[in-house]
Amino acid sequence: MKTIEDLKRLREQIQSETRVRHEGSKQIIVGMGTCGIAAGAREVLSAILDEIAKRKLEDITVRQTGCIGMCEKEVLVDIVLPGEPRITYGRVTAADIPKIITQHVINGHLIKEMVVGKIIE
Amino acid sequence: MRELSLHILDLVQNSIEAGADTVTLEIIEDMPMDTLMIRVTDNGRGMDETTCQKVRDPFVTTRTTRHVGLGLPLIDMSTKRCGGYLAITSTLGCGTVIEALYQHSHLDRPPLGKIVETIQSIIIANPTLHFSYYHTVNQSAFALTTQELSEILDGIPLTQPDVLVWLNEYLTQHIMNLYN
Repeated sequence: MKTIEDLKRLREQIQSETRVRHEGSKQIIVGMGTCGIAAGAREVLSAILDEIAKRKLEDITVRQTGCIGMCEKEVLVDIVLPGEPRITYGRVTAADIPKIITQHVINGHLIKEMVVGKIIE
Repeated sequence: MRELSLHILDLVQNSIEAGADTVTLEIIEDMPMDTLMIRVTDNGRGMDETTCQKVRDPFVTTRTTRHVGLGLPLIDMSTKRCGGYLAITSTLGCGTVIEALYQHSHLDRPPLGKIVETIQSIIIANPTLHFSYYHTVNQSAFALTTQELSEILDGIPLTQPDVLVWLNEYLTQHIMNLYN
């Protein structure tokens, strides 16, 4: 059984390896209003976390947000890469996540057919 | 919602949208009493009495209360269907306590569902939220606070891949253990 002691050891290990531990510069934001949750936002978020763990991605921040009014297009997933406009993907399922992470988050290529919005901040 | 743990996610999102930075979730399963209680306590902006009465009605949503939407009416409905109730206690400027009670053995009671995924989502996607989780099943209890985690992690984010794996296994094993 995993314990809090394991987490302490893990922290020491990570710190001793002086691995980068900057707050992720790439952001993934999942819509978690009632509409998002009903459309499967939790499963999408879990798929994102699985992918981060599997690919050992160290520079990603995951956030949730509420309903932004595009309920019919939930689950909405926003990707913000440094220096780039915020891209919103719509009707995302857990099965789309590996593609979004590898193509967009890691390699910086938009998946045009899934984009529902672009916000230039 | 097919799972109580999805309602929980919804309730916590309400708290966050009400400006809360501290949220406590209690799940109390008492088989001898045949009850399952979900209690979410927050320090958000709270609601006045009129709003409190209105939030159960999906059709009385004004623009200012729009963020409440369907979430509470759905929970209200599901508790009533299962021999329970939804209680909303709120003080303007202090916070809100939501209690959803279900008859544990009721045939229509949705399963708690993937509570591990719900807890993970809450604490990882809201890194600045002070979140406490207490879950008891009869005599067994499990507690987790983000304060404890962040003290140990000392600046390492919860999205660090190895930490993610630890968290998932830690939650899965300890919560499963409650039912043994």
